[in-house]
Amino acid sequence: MRPGRDDRRDNDARAAAGNGLLDRRVFLKGGAAAAGAFMAFASSESAAAPPETPPGMTMSGAPLSPYGSPAGFEREVTRTLIRSQPGTTGAGASRTPLEALEGIITPSGLHFERHHNGVPTIDPAQHQLLIHGMVARPLIFTMATLSRYPMESRIHFLECSGNSGAMYGATPPAQTCGQTHGLVSCSEWTGVPLRLLLEEAGADPRADWILAEGADAAAMSRSVPMAKAKDDALLALYQNGERLRPENGYPVRLFLPGYEGNMSVKWLRRIKVTDTPTMTKDETSKYSDLQADGKSLLFTYPMEVKSVITRPAPGLKMTGQGLYELSGIAWSGRGKISKVEVSADGGQTWAEAARSAPVLAYALTRFRIPWKWNGAPAVLKSRATDETGRVQPTRDELIAQHGANVIYHYHAIQAWRVEANGEVKNVYA
Amino acid sequence: MFTRRALVLAGSVVVVTGCAGSAARETPNLGRSATQAEIAGWDISIAPDGRGLPQGSGTAAQGATVYAQKCQACHGEKGVGGPNDRLAGGQGTLASKTPVRTVGSYWPYATTVFDYVRRAMPFAQPLSLTDSDVYAVTAYLLNVNGIIGEQDVMNAETLPRVKMPNRDSFIPVHPWKPKTP
Repeated sequence: MRPGRDDRRDNDARAAAGNGLLDRRVFLKGGAAAAGAFMAFASSESAAAPPETPPGMTMSGAPLSPYGSPAGFEREVTRTLIRSQPGTTGAGASRTPLEALEGIITPSGLHFERHHNGVPTIDPAQHQLLIHGMVARPLIFTMATLSRYPMESRIHFLECSGNSGAMYGATPPAQTCGQTHGLVSCSEWTGVPLRLLLEEAGADPRADWILAEGADAAAMSRSVPMAKAKDDALLALYQNGERLRPENGYPVRLFLPGYEGNMSVKWLRRIKVTDTPTMTKDETSKYSDLQADGKSLLFTYPMEVKSVITRPAPGLKMTGQGLYELSGIAWSGRGKISKVEVSADGGQTWAEAARSAPVLAYALTRFRIPWKWNGAPAVLKSRATDETGRVQPTRDELIAQHGANVIYHYHAIQAWRVEANGEVKNVYA
Repeated sequence: MFTRRALVLAGSVVVVTGCAGSAARETPNLGRSATQAEIAGWDISIAPDGRGLPQGSGTAAQGATVYAQKCQACHGEKGVGGPNDRLAGGQGTLASKTPVRTVGSYWPYATTVFDYVRRAMPFAQPLSLTDSDVYAVTAYLLNVNGIIGEQDVMNAETLPRVKMPNRDSFIPVHPWKPKTP
């Protein structure tokens, strides 16, 4: 490290924690000087550098298109497909490339997938939703009738409870950020509050549960507490302004803010109002949390407070020492994110990162903090706190509490090691 | 069809009538009444106490034939050694560093086996087995796990009475408490 006089001044005046973390407002206060020192993570070589004229200025551009798609140069920004059942094509998950994205909204085509037997093709003109069981009036709704109900639009994350599950393993997976943490995505969901339909059907006040069932080949089914169903459950019809994508439940899915992903049953065809949980396969034999003592926790619904730095992260490479903006996402299934702290010295010292507006309950929250990298190996971490006061545990704390056989609900502090050559690795530190 | 103003007015009515003790809010009421026959055609879920179980029956001996034809290629002989989920054995491993979660070692309710096999198996032809075949395969899986005998008949009365070995190892976490009124 060869700090010049200006660098030393920056460090002295703006240091927020050890090893180069600067005050989260440094980009605002520093103005042009700080911006000039910013170094991109991606290469910025240009084939149309001055004084040459960019080729696009010398000919007509591409025509209009009925439905846009990402720039051809972004072709590598894709989901990573991981199948969970040998010999099948539709069972498994695809993961969001978190390290390639910014902000809090996941493009619909990059929203993670988790299917238990593929994506059904459903004609919305044929699809129907049955509400029955402990109700005064069993009702059938078509998609056309659902579209006439008052709707709500909300920005919410969805996280598979198996997200980051490989981090329970003895060695850290040598994977990209998206491959380990990309079973979380965030969208604006628009749809009809479920409570309206439950009221119309006349749900029995003694019924404490519903069963939600999908019209896929797994007939995916989960029990949901009636309190949640009547609180903020949505029958989502739209995702990011357009109708749901097929892989996200077209034409209608249940959406349960903050709850583990598969409870938000896709391709929803049936809601049965019941007095007990149905104890389906996917709420007992799967998606229950085996503890070290052999007992299992059942109905662990809210996804716990969690965060991860997405820039830099495995899958990206640093481009030399100097000033960077660290960027990441934080979320909690119990409400808003109230604080995100970042460490650049492996957790010895922490600085509070800036949370970018909007900071919403049950949504991803984007955080950012400036970091002056001195070019030496460093371990970066982020630690989120939610509005209930819950703080992300360390990996050791999480495993001490629940064991390493859980599979689900991994939400520990994540460490990335930045190597001197700029590579970023997943480490237990 | 409602205009935006109509919905807002409907909301105000709720406040007024709410004070008078009526909770009815105005909603579109566009659902069509479902007949019992329609419900029966769609309701495939089985409660842990057996409610919803259909007529029919089967034994493990009968199930062995169905299993060999429909299940074994993916799940292996007697539920072990196939490319997909292991279904048998594993008892006593749950507190070890390499727990083996199977129907016999982990699943808390026998009714779930019937429910899941019927709705989702065989993987490429879900909902294709007869109810008696599902009872028979369920009996077979319980038998290879040492839970019932080979000739024990599984039906709507007997299946819910099967106590799974791991039933009492599940600790329900208190469910959601609503944050909004």
